[in-house]
Amino acid sequence: MSATVAAPARVRRTTRRNFDQLLIVLVLLACWQGAYEYAGSVAVTSPAGTVAYAASMLGQMWFWGDVGATAIAFAYSLLIASVLGVALGLALGLWRFAADVTEPVLAALYTIPKVTLYPVILLLFGLGLSAKVAFGVIHGVIPITLFTLSAVKGLPPVLLRTARAMRLSPVQTILWVLTPAVLPEIFTGLRVGFSLTLLGVLIGEMFASQRGLGFLIINGINLHNVPLTTAVVLVIVLAAIGANVALLAADRHLRRQR
Amino acid sequence: MNYGRKVLLARFALIVGAIALLELLCRTGVINPLTLLAPSAMAAAMVQVIASGQVTSDIIRTFSTVAIAFAASVVVGIAAGALLHAIPRLRRAMDPLLASYYAMPFFVFYPVLVAFFGLNAMPLIAIGFAAAMVAMLISTLNGLDRVPPVMLKVARMHRLGRLRTLFLVVVPAAAPSLMTGTKLALAYAFISIIAGEFILSGKGLGYQIAYAYNSFDNRTMYGLMLFVLLVVTVMNSLLHVWEQRLLRRRSRA
Repeated sequence: MSATVAAPARVRRTTRRNFDQLLIVLVLLACWQGAYEYAGSVAVTSPAGTVAYAASMLGQMWFWGDVGATAIAFAYSLLIASVLGVALGLALGLWRFAADVTEPVLAALYTIPKVTLYPVILLLFGLGLSAKVAFGVIHGVIPITLFTLSAVKGLPPVLLRTARAMRLSPVQTILWVLTPAVLPEIFTGLRVGFSLTLLGVLIGEMFASQRGLGFLIINGINLHNVPLTTAVVLVIVLAAIGANVALLAADRHLRRQR
Repeated sequence: MNYGRKVLLARFALIVGAIALLELLCRTGVINPLTLLAPSAMAAAMVQVIASGQVTSDIIRTFSTVAIAFAASVVVGIAAGALLHAIPRLRRAMDPLLASYYAMPFFVFYPVLVAFFGLNAMPLIAIGFAAAMVAMLISTLNGLDRVPPVMLKVARMHRLGRLRTLFLVVVPAAAPSLMTGTKLALAYAFISIIAGEFILSGKGLGYQIAYAYNSFDNRTMYGLMLFVLLVVTVMNSLLHVWEQRLLRRRSRA
């Protein structure tokens, strides 16, 4: 009964929220158009012009070659960063002393400007795929570790005590208690890691590559090809936001389930 | 020896051990000195470069840029966070934008900003502000969300005015999140401004590192790199210590 009464109100709320969000998108577009009117086409192309350019770019083979290059580097980076980060986070989380020792060090590593390390990465890995992957990994692995670590550390002690009281084996404890309890937090960490890894790969491409979307941007900057730069930026931003919205929905779903 | 001491000692040993290992690998030639300088050589190069005074203006430039961007982002971030918290409808509408903000590689906007403001400190301040402000805003929102409603009820029962409620109840309760926001804002301002100097700039530490790299001047490059890393680490450690002290005082209270 109450559900049938509540439903229209919920629909109305959702509609209003969608309306508000549309409004914000429109405001952003207006700002963009205003910037274009103010600075002219030497700085930025208009929203309409950019969308048109991006649409024609999406139909061209060379563009997809660069997308593929970025996607491969990103996939490798994300895989390495996730496995490494989750494993490290779990290990440190379960070993309290090691966690207390390393957490501030990790936090410090997280906050250093990793761009300054790019000459080192280049010298170590050379130009190309491995440097890009390394860049992605150093950006993504620490937040994933820190999220996993804090998830395990923040585990309510009663869960583990209950597991002991029920005489669960360590494997059973990990499988049926630990994993479900920390999964949402780890997923959040992976979501954050996803964004930062992408950022790292793009930075790597800007400096250390002859392929990929980051390279397209830096190439556009160097050649003063404003339409290209703006269109690539638009495509990247939309893709990043789209992926993040999807991951966020999955994240919320996981949390609700608990 | 108590637990905290032991942790500090182990951390110290870990860092010293890592540096010693790096030194050993470099000195024995496992790592090519053309790739990576030994830490001792790096430190010597740093002292030399700083003492020579040739980068003093760049240091001042970078730090003043970071300071301006950081201060502006903290003030605006807190104000905007409070505003969004006060208007739930606006907040719900902004939510997807905030959640995806850091998924955006926004330093790619930097060249556009240069075209806008010219090649001076302004685009760097803008990019630092853009990177840092939203972290402060989100932390402010988190902090305000975590003020326990019961505390606000107690404040009402004691008939505290708005200002006193704010400073005696809300700010202390939100302090840990605000601290986190401040730390993030400082780090993000640093990261994006140095990155900006790397990409396109004629001054600043990031520019000098890129310049040294392009002219194969490894000593200057590693010296400056070490300097940047040291400064950022020291600043963050100071904020961390301050934060811990605040938290301890709270848990005692």
